[in-house]
Amino acid sequence: MSETPANPKIPVLEMRGVTVVSLKNPDVIVAEGVNWTVKAGEFWVVGSPQHSGKTDFLMAVGGLSSPASGGYDFLGERMPIFEESRMAHRLKLGFVFDGGQLLGQLTVSENIALPLRYHGHLSVDEIELRVRSLLEITELVPWANSTPANVGRSWRQRVGLARALALQPEVLLLDSPLTGLDGRHTAWWLGFLDQLSRGHGIVGGKPVTLVVTADDLRPWRRYTGRVACLSNRRLIVLGDWRAAEDSKENVVQELLSE
Amino acid sequence: MQEAGSTTFAAPPSRARKRWKLPRFYSDFVGRQVFAFLLALHGVGAFALITLGVLLRNFRVAQPVIRPLIAREIHRAGVQLLPMFFFAAVALGFLVIGQTVSWLTRVEAANNWLGNIMVIVVVREIGPLLTALLVLARVGTANVVELGTARAMGEVEALEALGIDPVHYFVVPRVAGMAVGVFSLTVYLILGTLVSGYLWVFIQEVPLLPGDYFRQLAGALGYMDFALLALKTCAFGFIIAIVTCYHGLAQPLQLNEISRATVRAVGQSTVACILLDALFIILYLAA
Repeated sequence: MSETPANPKIPVLEMRGVTVVSLKNPDVIVAEGVNWTVKAGEFWVVGSPQHSGKTDFLMAVGGLSSPASGGYDFLGERMPIFEESRMAHRLKLGFVFDGGQLLGQLTVSENIALPLRYHGHLSVDEIELRVRSLLEITELVPWANSTPANVGRSWRQRVGLARALALQPEVLLLDSPLTGLDGRHTAWWLGFLDQLSRGHGIVGGKPVTLVVTADDLRPWRRYTGRVACLSNRRLIVLGDWRAAEDSKENVVQELLSE
Repeated sequence: MQEAGSTTFAAPPSRARKRWKLPRFYSDFVGRQVFAFLLALHGVGAFALITLGVLLRNFRVAQPVIRPLIAREIHRAGVQLLPMFFFAAVALGFLVIGQTVSWLTRVEAANNWLGNIMVIVVVREIGPLLTALLVLARVGTANVVELGTARAMGEVEALEALGIDPVHYFVVPRVAGMAVGVFSLTVYLILGTLVSGYLWVFIQEVPLLPGDYFRQLAGALGYMDFALLALKTCAFGFIIAIVTCYHGLAQPLQLNEISRATVRAVGQSTVACILLDALFIILYLAA
């Protein structure tokens, strides 16, 4: 669990000349020459057409795959982190997968409790209390004892969110969180992520730095402050929404007008 | 331009050579099989070393999570299989003693050797190997399917994102559970076979008292039998767990590749167990 506050002068994420390759096929380049800096408290949306490597890119940002070249620092430390000794630093970054990617053998509440039980920071009662509050806040109480196979896809995505929030990360990466959601679920996600970026009680009231990927930028216009686009092996860092709207890049206009 | 299939050097003409030269297709096939075997050996060996490293390094890590998983695996690879092993023990006792009695009754004083035969055949050879193959069929195959599905569904990446070592979470409990399971089931199978063997002796009206039968067994057993039995069965469990976990977990799989991975895992586990058994025969003979 993130105990030490991040130094505000150090960028949260900093990529310099990074080349990202596909996790399943390392011969496929997803993005190259990526220079990108994310500061504490920012809320980024990375837009990209479908099947252009958003998941691979976000997994590289999350330190789940190594960049083929270039340097990538997370809160001042070189990524990726696999060593046990630096794991506490690595756990300041949470990851929500598209579809949740839950452990099929565990129930919803066991999935949420898993990181807390594994890393052993809390007592059994504290874990139970924390899981209960995460279930309530994500409206998952009715499915607490169900296995993921018996829970709808929209709700599985929320379980993934609750599990990622269990360790109170300072930075949260979300892979296409709105994919396949109806209007009600979409509104809930946008509202909840907005609260997280401003500071929510479930993460100790501190603003969480957020990076989401999306194949449609329009729903995010009111909520996120910073925009980037991934297209043709390039990460186009646009900045704010005004810059995005003024951009001459075709892909940006497509993602804004879909 | 060389013709397809021709060699790059001029071979001396020889009738024998022409007669016995294999078509190029066979040599390619054998070469590919040898390379595939070496690659599999390399992969499984590396995976075994990684697992041992994780097992020792994380021995005390996350015990509230790992202990229940080990208990579940012991239940799955041990307790749940007990009814099947009870049946196998009865059948094996009847098989070994039935065949032996029907042949040895023609030989004078052959009854004096029934205990020795049971120890050599059941305790040293068939008991451990049959247990390993049954556990492979019932639990090893399930391992590949479960882990292959977990891999295909992205559970490995999900664990890594949570700072959880997938080998610690998925493989270590299976290795521990299967080693304990194969050892325990072998002991139960041997005990059941020895008892059911005497039942067959009794049914056949062979003049052998229970006391004499069990005295023969005790006389045929040495301390080396107990030590090598424990070592061999734990090694069988370790090998089956490592090979099946390797094929399920170590390579990214699509759902449609899981059946092929299962077949490969069963084949390699069987060969590995038989080779290990052959190694133990040498140890028995040397002892």
